[in-house]
Amino acid sequence: MSDSPMIVAVTGMNCQPENPGPGLAVVRSLRQEFGASIRIIGLSYDVLDAGLYLNEFCDAAYLLPYPSAGEQPLLQRLEQIQQQEGMTILIPCLDAELLNFIRLKDQLLAVGVHMVLPTREQLLQRNKDRLDVLAAKADIRYPESKNISHNDFFYHCHDEGWRYPMVVKGLFYDAKVVYTPDEGAAAFRSIAAEWGLPVLVQRYAKGHEVNLVALGDGQGEMIGAVMMRKKAVTDKGKAWAAITIHDPHLEETARKLIKELRWSGPLEVEILKEESGQYLLIEINPRFPAWVYLATEAGVNLPAALVRMMQGEELTLAEPETGKMMIRYAQETVIDLKTFESMMMSGMHVPL
Amino acid sequence: MNELSWQKEHNKTDLFPKMEALQQLALNDSGFVFDPVNGRSFTANSIGLFLLKTLQKGADLDALLTIVVDEFDVDMRTAERDITEFAGQLRKLLA
Repeated sequence: MSDSPMIVAVTGMNCQPENPGPGLAVVRSLRQEFGASIRIIGLSYDVLDAGLYLNEFCDAAYLLPYPSAGEQPLLQRLEQIQQQEGMTILIPCLDAELLNFIRLKDQLLAVGVHMVLPTREQLLQRNKDRLDVLAAKADIRYPESKNISHNDFFYHCHDEGWRYPMVVKGLFYDAKVVYTPDEGAAAFRSIAAEWGLPVLVQRYAKGHEVNLVALGDGQGEMIGAVMMRKKAVTDKGKAWAAITIHDPHLEETARKLIKELRWSGPLEVEILKEESGQYLLIEINPRFPAWVYLATEAGVNLPAALVRMMQGEELTLAEPETGKMMIRYAQETVIDLKTFESMMMSGMHVPL
Repeated sequence: MNELSWQKEHNKTDLFPKMEALQQLALNDSGFVFDPVNGRSFTANSIGLFLLKTLQKGADLDALLTIVVDEFDVDMRTAERDITEFAGQLRKLLA
């Protein structure tokens, strides 16, 4: 594989300010490391995903069928793109698409597309509706949670000992803090409509969030951990400003989780540090987070490390610098009608 | 006279955050302080900064009191009160 030209496809090029996909941060990191010696293919699902049109990061961009269409339409589309581009590496960056990519791993490998992915079982073990089991195995505190499939819960939850406020979460994305039964029911409806059932409710805990991004080597070892504390968040709780830290307890927690899962590929561990100083596991995201470019600027380019790992190179990663701070901002990209037409009609944008 | 908190032997070591936490602090002469473990940043005035630098060198409470009384022309009682207040703020910030 090391002799193949480096053509890397990356998904998740959506850039909505309140909840950006990780794809743009990943391609920015790759471009920073490899410059013009890499051809980057941006993949996304919506014609208005701005990352598709950022020519400084993506040499070409293509639309994919939505994950809900299943793996066969995705396979057909990727085979078409493969014929056109000849990519050798694909980095999926969105939770909702991962199961499809895991199912297609062997078929894509057969046409020369390599991916580093967890197994289906590893992926399901860190699902939000099973995270309590994993947390118990790794001896990590986890807030009490419950899967619900009807909004009646919010009007009778006190019978089961639940009190407001509580957190309502989608299986893949989204979390809302609710303070009343009506707020809970409304959050349930909106999250179920977007992300399906079950919806999770979780005890509310006060504190601040600390996150870690790393690679798992598939043998239980953690590679290149970078940690940050959120300094400001969007309406959806995503980092808007953050600062790199080195929290030994967070690092040890992530190490235990990766060992327990024998995780393969990128992941993000989200922990709530309570005001009492105790730590609660919130989520494990099976991909790079949208803030991964902060890790790159802190001296640990994890997307590049993943690519080098896939090419069989020995990794030598620096210790990340603490006190590196990111502040996200929104910016417009302007495209001409011909570019938009090409994406609308043929699902592709290949600048000359 | 009642015994003050720092005069109780068992409290002397608990008054300030752990030495490891203090030594990790990044101090700038401008008074900007960054804790790389919890990600919090705060500002200290010139006396606060002096206390932090002295603590980082390993000074214990008794040494700190002596230095402050000598350096800042205050009596022991005022120094004790101010240092206790400073230590309380520091414990909260580094929690």
